[in-house]
This record gives sequence, C-alpha cells and structure tokens, in this order.
Amino acid sequence: MSRPSDHVDSVAEPVTNPRLNLRGWLRWFWRQLTSMRTALLLLLLLAIAAVPGSLVPQRSSDPNGVSQYFRDHPDTAPWLDKLQAFDVYSSAWFSAIYLLLFISLIGCVIPRLNHHLKALRSAPPVTPANLSRLPAHATETLTKVEAEAALEAGRLALKKQGYRVVRYDRDKTITVSAERGYLRETGNLIFHLALVGVLIAVGFGGGFGFAGQRVIAEGQTFTNALLAYDSFNPGRFFNPNTLTPYTITLDKFTAKYEETNKKALGQATDFTADVTTQIQGEAAQSQTIKVNDPLRLGGTDVYLLGNGYAPMVTVRDASGKVIFTDTVPFLPQDKNLTSLGVIKLPDGLTQQVGLIGFFYPTVSTGHSGASFSIYPDIIDPQLTFDVYVGDLGLDGGIPRSVYALDTANMTKVAGRNSPTKSIEIRPGESASLPNGLGTVTFDGIKRYASLDIHRDPTQGWVLFFALLSLAGLLVSLFIPRRRMWVAVTPVRGGVNVEVAGLARGDDPTLDRAVTELQTTIASNLGLTRD
Amino acid sequence: MTDVLSQYSVLSLYSAMAIYAIAFVLFTFDLAGGNAKLARVAMSLTWLGFVLQLAATVMRGLAASRVPWANMYEFAMTGTAVIIGVFLLVNLKWDLRFLGSFITGLVLLLLGLAATRYYVDVVPLPPALQSYWLVIHVFVATLATGFFALGFALSLAQLLQDSREKKQSKRLAFMDRLPAADVLENYAYRLIIIGFVLWTFTLIAGAIWAEKAWGRYWGWDTKEVWTFIIWTLYAGYIHARSTRGWRGSRSAWLAMVGFAAVMFNFTVVNIFFKGLHAYSGL
Repeated sequence: MSRPSDHVDSVAEPVTNPRLNLRGWLRWFWRQLTSMRTALLLLLLLAIAAVPGSLVPQRSSDPNGVSQYFRDHPDTAPWLDKLQAFDVYSSAWFSAIYLLLFISLIGCVIPRLNHHLKALRSAPPVTPANLSRLPAHATETLTKVEAEAALEAGRLALKKQGYRVVRYDRDKTITVSAERGYLRETGNLIFHLALVGVLIAVGFGGGFGFAGQRVIAEGQTFTNALLAYDSFNPGRFFNPNTLTPYTITLDKFTAKYEETNKKALGQATDFTADVTTQIQGEAAQSQTIKVNDPLRLGGTDVYLLGNGYAPMVTVRDASGKVIFTDTVPFLPQDKNLTSLGVIKLPDGLTQQVGLIGFFYPTVSTGHSGASFSIYPDIIDPQLTFDVYVGDLGLDGGIPRSVYALDTANMTKVAGRNSPTKSIEIRPGESASLPNGLGTVTFDGIKRYASLDIHRDPTQGWVLFFALLSLAGLLVSLFIPRRRMWVAVTPVRGGVNVEVAGLARGDDPTLDRAVTELQTTIASNLGLTRD
Repeated sequence: MTDVLSQYSVLSLYSAMAIYAIAFVLFTFDLAGGNAKLARVAMSLTWLGFVLQLAATVMRGLAASRVPWANMYEFAMTGTAVIIGVFLLVNLKWDLRFLGSFITGLVLLLLGLAATRYYVDVVPLPPALQSYWLVIHVFVATLATGFFALGFALSLAQLLQDSREKKQSKRLAFMDRLPAADVLENYAYRLIIIGFVLWTFTLIAGAIWAEKAWGRYWGWDTKEVWTFIIWTLYAGYIHARSTRGWRGSRSAWLAMVGFAAVMFNFTVVNIFFKGLHAYSGL
C-alpha cells in the first residue's frame, strides 16, 4: 500500500562486475552520486553537519561569543578553529556536503524531467486485459443499456474530472483508458528545481550586496557613502559606486516604556525613529523606522536594531578654551540603560586624557556606594566620569575601538581607588578635571539610533524560489496520480460495466474514486440506483 | 482585569491537566485490558480537557491583549492545545484512540514542566515581537508540531508492531488490537507530510520575519539551525520511503529522530542555547 502498486522491487543479487575503464568508472561514480540512496545519506549527513554550529558560537552570528570561547578554552579553541568549527556554514566540509547533495539532486531530476516531458505528450496506456487484477476494481451489469452509451457515460465522467482519456477496443469489449495527476510529478520537479534556485540566489546575493552599520544621534545626518559607515561588510563583487546617494537625518527618537503593569515596569514597548530622508535630486520626505518595520530607501533596507543615550559633553582647557564638544553615544549595559561611553582627548590639554563615563537615566545609589539606573527613561539623569592621564595609545597607528579605553599606559586620577573621587554631573552642570587640567560640562542628552543598512539584490529571488518550492511541494504530495479504466462488454439483456483504478504512489482515496465513477456512469445514463 | 483573567486562565489550565491525567489513566487501562468503553470515556474526557485548555489559552490571550504564545509558558500552553486538537481532529477521520495514552502523557509532561518551572506573569510584548508574523509563524510551527507528534507515536507503534510481526512474538499482547505495521506506516506518512508542508511554511515565514526584524532572512541563529535540521530530517524521511532498504523500520526511525529534534528545539535550544530567539522570555 505504501509503495506504488505497480512497483516491483528487483532482487538484490551479487553481480560480477565487469572491468571498468576510466569512462566506466566515471559513469559508475555518477550513477552512485545520483542514486536515491546517496541523496538520502547526504541529506542526513547535512542534518548532522549542521549540529556543531549550534553548539559552538559562530563568527557570522555571534563574533563576541567566539572571542569569549577563545578566552575560556585557550587549548581547544585553536584546534576547533582549524576544523572551521567557528565558521561551520561556510566551512569546506559543510559546503562539500550541500554541493554534492545539489549535484546529486540535479543529476536525479534532469533525467526525470525528460521522462516527464515525454509522458506529458504520450497517451494513456492500453487497457489491461484483466481489470479485476487491479488494486481497485468494481463490476456491474446494467440492463437495457447500449454498450456505446455506457462507455460514453464513463468517458464523459472521466473527462469532467480532468482525466486524459483514450479509447481502446478489444473484440466485443470497448474500453477507455484514462490518466490524470501529471501535476504530481510536475510539482515534484518544480520543488527540486526551485531548491536549486534558492541555492543559486543565496550564493549570488551574498556577493553583490553589503551590510553596514551607523550610529546617529538626534539632529545628526547620515550620508550614504562608504566613509560614513561605522562598519561595512561588502560582498565579494560589491561595487561602492552603486551606493545610491541619499541622506537620513534622525529628527527624533521616541522610546516608550511600560508604566502601568507593575510586573513589567520599565520594559520597552515601542521604539520609533522619525527621520527625514532625501535621495539626491529628489524632495525630502518624512518617514519612520520601527523595529519590525524597516525603511526601504534607494535600493537599500534600513533597520532600527539598537538605540541608547548620547550625552552632549564639552571639555575646556585651563584657560577656558573649548577643546572638545560632541554628542557621544554611550553603550547600554543593562535593561535600565546604565550606559558606558569613552571620550579620548589626545590634544589640547597639557596631558593626554581619557574619560570613562557612565550615564544613568534615572540614578540611584546602592549600599556599596555604586550608582546604577533604576528606570530606562530620563527622570533623574546623572553622568559620571573616571579620569585617566597618560598615553592613549593612538599614535602607534593601531586601530582602536571608540567604545573602549586602553588604560595600560595610563594613570587614574579621578574615580574609585584614586586621589580624587569620580566626577558626577547633572545636565547643565560643569566640574573641574583633576590636576587643574580644565573643566568638563554636561550640556544635555540626546537619544541615538543604531541603523543597519543592507542591500541584498537577490533576496526577492530567494523568496520567490522558496515559495515556488512550497507550491511544488503541496502539489507533489497531495495531488494523486492515478489511472482509471472503464470496459464495457455486451451481455444478454444489457452490458457488463467494469471500472478499475491504479494509483502511482500514495493514494488513499482510490477505492472511493472507483465506486464514485460507477455511480456517475449510472446517473449519466439516467439510471437510479438503490 | 488582566490579573483576574490570567488567574482564571491558570485555574482552567490546571483543571484541564487534572482531566487529561484521568484520561491518560483510562487510555492506559484500555491499552492493557482492551475495554472499549474506557477508551470512549477517555476520549470524551480529552475533549473536555481540550475545551478547558482552550478557554485557558483564550483567557491568557485576552489578559495580555495579544496572541497567547509570546513566551515559553504560553507557547507550551498553546502548543499542547494544538497537539490535542490535532489528535482529536484526526480521530474524527481514523480511529487512533490507541495513541491517547501517548498524547495525553506527552501533553501532561510538557504542561507540568511549563506551569511549574516556566510560569511568567503577563507582560507586554517587546518591540521585536510586535509583528503579525508572530501570529502566523509561531502558530503554524505549533500546528506542524502537532502532526509530527502523532507521526512519532505511529512510527513507534509501527516499529513495535513490525518486530512482533517478524518474530511472530506474543509479547506486548495489547498490540494485537492495533493495526498492522504497514497500516500504521501509512497513517504516520500521511500525517507527517502535512507536518512537513507546515514546517516548510514555518521556515519561509520565519525567514520573512527575520528579514524585517533583524535585517537578514537567514543567519544561522541556533533556532534557525535546528529548524533547518528538523526540515532536513523529515525531508530524509520522505525520501527514505522511496529508497530501497530504507522503507519500513528505517524510515520510522527517521520520523522518531525528527520528532526528538522538534522536542529538543522546543526545550533545550530555548532554555540553554544562546541566540536571537532567546528573548522569547522563558
């Protein structure tokens, strides 16, 4: 029942292999590769090969996790790295499996495609001599009915159900042979070919697109050019000249937090970035970007993936001259947005100065004396600074993160365990830096948005092929492919009508189809049945 | 209002669990003793439990003013309701009451874990989950899980039946009343292909949502990896049924490994693995 009823398993016999030349071996290898058994093994192998990527952090999705793993397991990490365990999905072994699988798939599908195209053009097969041997069969004698009329009733019923019908006669017995469900194989082939389409679209998409990140504070403008990105990952074939010239200005960033539900106080409920966008040569437009609602602009997609506070800070030297004034994005450290930021002052003061700042939107002080934020919105904001002097390490030409201060060659002059206590200021306030270096002023607070800007020219194609494969799958699993026959033999006083059916593949409703056809024939002939 | 509704939801859920427990015992007695009356009573009780659980789920949703599947507790509640629902639905067509013990047992286990270990109060949705894809993607995934669960149970029964048939064994005498191995195999296949189509849809819908929320449609996040593994295993199962040497028992094993992966994905991956799906807030 589970197998096509016309399927006969060949007996696996030991065979004496002929001696093979190179061509013979290649052909043998190709046969092996495109066999169902190999395809199945490759599928299962692919499933197993995907597992390690979920156990070990991956560079593609969790680069910090990889660094952490190297720190935690200094002995095993380099070995795992050699096995490409941190890049499983682009590793040689993973790629080998899926490429072999797809070659196997193509090698299997193309001959079937040929065969199916032929089948689509050929007529249903000759009616078998003995219909009663078929898996679904029914027979009935109808009185006072012409043979031709009975057959015509059957032919019409089958036609109406979408069967392809051909007439075959044998002596006194007149028959029709019908087949339908060619779509089942069509769907199956479409499913497999669409998967090839997905693979190709994914492969090319990565090459021509890019992904970039940029942090902008309220009032700031981003210009879509290579240099304006904080980080930028181009695909292999990406051409920077294809960047559409446009600007995005962050007019306002609004975060809403839960205020009534006591069990979720302070939980973020909405983030909205109001922006003004302008493509070069076109009118400016006001638009919004939300977390699940990216902005589609100039062939790119702009996502709101992060946000935080950016205190406005001014530093003056001892004579009161401004040497630094900027809006500095701070990185959120916890859910109440205690935020950490760094200001580096290499020039302008008598010494190089580094500031490590903490910003608390709603400040509170614990028993230990340490401050923390108790609510993510701005109710009682405070900015604190630890001050370091010495060598910032910027002159060596080594790239440094703007969010981290390397204090190896610096001395702490303000903050915990140092001569002076850390600087604590509220918006509008100023404080002196230690050692008469100058002053620092907290001018105000802005919010910033962290935007991810992506271009993936083939993602529409990936979706198209994915949906196509789903459609193919539906058709190939649920449309029955079956053959039906009606044979009419004149007998004394009437005709003997035989109806039989044969399914190809799984077909739970075959028996019902046969009895229904019988009923339809009778009713087409104007007979009533009990 | 929120508090009252969520309390009634919990009450209703616990009642449903008590009723499932009785149904489980009756189903098991029926398997052991072959008293058809017990199975009928157990089926009615399962219907009753289902209605109560559905009420619990709807009240939880009303309490939160959103779909009731935004965290582990809610997902377990809705997911098990769907598993029971699929079981009851399929029983309208075929008599699969012999799976009652397995289904009610599995659901009780999952609900017990969720209600005692992972209960959370009603909280609003974080911005990342505020999307209509939460409704579509997650619900279709649970629906697929319901079909895979039945497929697992049928494949297990098929394996036991198959080994009994081969050895002409008289052990596990209660299985005499179950259908033959090849009939069980056909049932399993027809349910699993429905699950597979739904799972394919889950995967595609998840990719569309991921593109909108995270800026990429596929990033090998741990949950994405396991969704892919499950898809591949079931694709293997479907192919195995038309590969010589893999039909019957071997393909049944694949169906079981597939469902084990589904359960692993729902429990271990959610709780212990790090990934973007983690904020579904246990």
